[in-house]
Amino acid sequence: MPFIANFTFFCILITMFGGVLTSMLGGKWAFRINTVIVAATLVLNGALLIFLIGEPQYFTFMMGHYPAPWGNEIRFGPLEALLATVFSFVTLCSLISGKEEIFHDVKPRNVHYYYIMINLLLASLFALIYTNDLFTAYVFVEINTIAACAIVMAKESGKTLAATLRYLIMSLLGSGLFLLSVVLTYGITGQLLMVPAHDAFQRIFATGQYQIPLTIILGLICVAMAIKSALYPFHTWLSHAHGSATTASSAILSGLVLKGYIIMLIKIIVRVIGLEVVVELKALNILFVMAVLAMIIGSIDAIRENHIKRMIAFSSVAQMGYIYMGIGLGNMAGLIAACFHIIVHAITKPMLFSSAGGLASASGHKKDFASLKGAAYRNPLAAAAFLIGSLSMIGIPFFAGFGAKYYLSMAAIGMGAKMWVALFALAVSTVLNAIYYIRVISIIFSKTEGEVVERHKNAPSYTFAMTVFIIVNVLLGLFYQPVMDVITVGMGLL
Amino acid sequence: MKNNRYITAFRRFMDGEVSFEPKVKETEVRRESNHKEKSIAERYAVWHDRNSYKLFKRAYVAIGCLIATCIIATLLLTVSYLPPYGEAGNPVNNEVTERYIEKGMEETGAVNIVAGVILDYRAFDTFGESCVLFVASCSVMMLMRKGKKGKEENLGNYNPKRDPVLKQLAMVLVPFNLMLGIYVVFNGHLSPGGGFSGGAIMGASLILFSSAYGYRRVRPVITEKLIKIITFVSLTFYALAKGYSFFTGANHLHSIIKPGIPGRIMSAGIILPLNIAVGFVVTMTMYSFYALFTKEEI
Repeated sequence: MPFIANFTFFCILITMFGGVLTSMLGGKWAFRINTVIVAATLVLNGALLIFLIGEPQYFTFMMGHYPAPWGNEIRFGPLEALLATVFSFVTLCSLISGKEEIFHDVKPRNVHYYYIMINLLLASLFALIYTNDLFTAYVFVEINTIAACAIVMAKESGKTLAATLRYLIMSLLGSGLFLLSVVLTYGITGQLLMVPAHDAFQRIFATGQYQIPLTIILGLICVAMAIKSALYPFHTWLSHAHGSATTASSAILSGLVLKGYIIMLIKIIVRVIGLEVVVELKALNILFVMAVLAMIIGSIDAIRENHIKRMIAFSSVAQMGYIYMGIGLGNMAGLIAACFHIIVHAITKPMLFSSAGGLASASGHKKDFASLKGAAYRNPLAAAAFLIGSLSMIGIPFFAGFGAKYYLSMAAIGMGAKMWVALFALAVSTVLNAIYYIRVISIIFSKTEGEVVERHKNAPSYTFAMTVFIIVNVLLGLFYQPVMDVITVGMGLL
Repeated sequence: MKNNRYITAFRRFMDGEVSFEPKVKETEVRRESNHKEKSIAERYAVWHDRNSYKLFKRAYVAIGCLIATCIIATLLLTVSYLPPYGEAGNPVNNEVTERYIEKGMEETGAVNIVAGVILDYRAFDTFGESCVLFVASCSVMMLMRKGKKGKEENLGNYNPKRDPVLKQLAMVLVPFNLMLGIYVVFNGHLSPGGGFSGGAIMGASLILFSSAYGYRRVRPVITEKLIKIITFVSLTFYALAKGYSFFTGANHLHSIIKPGIPGRIMSAGIILPLNIAVGFVVTMTMYSFYALFTKEEI
């Protein structure tokens, strides 16, 4: 095994150790150390990604001296490396761009706790991406849950506390259901590692023994992950949690935390239970129906919002619908399109949240539409980022969202009745997306007559992070084919 | 011009002036209407205003109970299809448990198989678990720590420190309890127990002491700084030790950690120090939870 395969392990270890280290530091130093650590993971993951694009293969990394069914393991290939790189990049940019607001919203003596949570959150996301063990996944789901709730709670206002409580209850319900499914899996297969469990599941499915527990396991996992990643009927916690948290938290929560669970679900479907078995058990059809509802109802909810961050949060509900629709199609092309949309959304949504934060701080930290009128003239950089992000989310050609929608519709073709439903939902949802995004664009770009425009002075860190965000978004929109190739290769190896 | 209304409405929507927030209903005005005979619609409106919240709450509870019952029934049904407990032919009795039981002592050096599994075979999970405790205690500190000194006097009924019975009992129990906790941690690889259970016992004895004698007696020793330092050192040690072990294991390098002779106190590689580290983390987490939830500071 080449030395570069150790990089994933280093990433998980330094982010976890970073969390422990940050507990001893003050707020300013916590920010610096955290930035260095996240940048280091970006470099490590990026190097691994470049290596794996050159030689597509899968590595199995033993956590200890004992091989597969006995010890813990992480397993990774091009797809995981790509996702981890995107996750480190987005975390880095969101934290740098949201730095001012973190120090504004979080009490000074709690700032270093905030960075502990960010470090451990990132560690848990890496572990969820890389792990090859169902119980390890559960342990890191726990860390993820607590840390995600804590970064919502960090801005200690009444609204965020209520939102955190709601988020915590829903999220714990999801964790509980996931734990039940892991326990049942162990009961009928005797395995916790993914690859040995896959063989056991194939045997069980072939013999027809334990058919009912198998169905229940699949149902529990789907519901648990749907709750965690806010699929339509379980989305009620999302708008409050993401809408009221500090900007960096909102960006990380909706860009990454929701995705970690979807990646976990994809891995369980493909690597543990097997796509053929899952399609045979019809579980994906339920996900498909919920996804289509999410695409339409999430967008309608977003239209009804008058608060910019809550509107973006509801837009996330609709976008989660897109991803789940890709999964629900039940073919490889759908899963690949879903993975691509995960990346598109992970890069675009944090940029939208950060730019909304910038627009709001140019309007006296108010986030309702009436106060945001003409905000584009006060903060042109944030407005440009918002414009690009919303065009991408609507799905205009030459922006990243277009690619995602194109691949989703291509994946739907030839799927019988699902094709028509999927294409119809995509069309309706695109129109609805356009309605609420263009509305905000028209509000922020309309100046009241005779108003004297005061330029808001952005912090250099904010300017830098937003510029990087914009560049990456435009690049992803123009050159999505290479990314698609990496996903296709990675998915084939998963 | 009928169209005009829609166009203006659309304009107002695009300007962000339209609010979809539910409007407050003017119930009082409606009731004072001069009609002798109320129409059905009006009566319905009054009834709706008076009862809708109560009805909604009832329906909510009813539907909640129904869904919970369905889930319970489904899960119970699933359990009845699972392999029966303790049969030899069950799927869990496979090569995994076989190796744990037959070779566990030889490979890890721990007489206690559970310690061998959680701190050697599956040590990564346990590192995750200790980080769960760490992150939980950090988030409680973030939320509960108010930094007000001397709040202890106002605790009223919650403060049992003047209770002589509790004081006498604590004087007898706390030393033994602490000793037991330390014993359980140090013999984690030899007998049932380990860091988590021993840490819980030690934490419980600290809680007993501080509730009997008041925080003033504990505060000079166990400060927030001490808790932080102990947690930091324990988790850093865990991360470094296990990082070394994972690194050598994955790269098939020679490791200096030896299982030793099973049964001795200084055996089982690094399981003993790891147990101590986990024990410290658990003790500190338990005590800080207690302190933060009762008096909002440490």
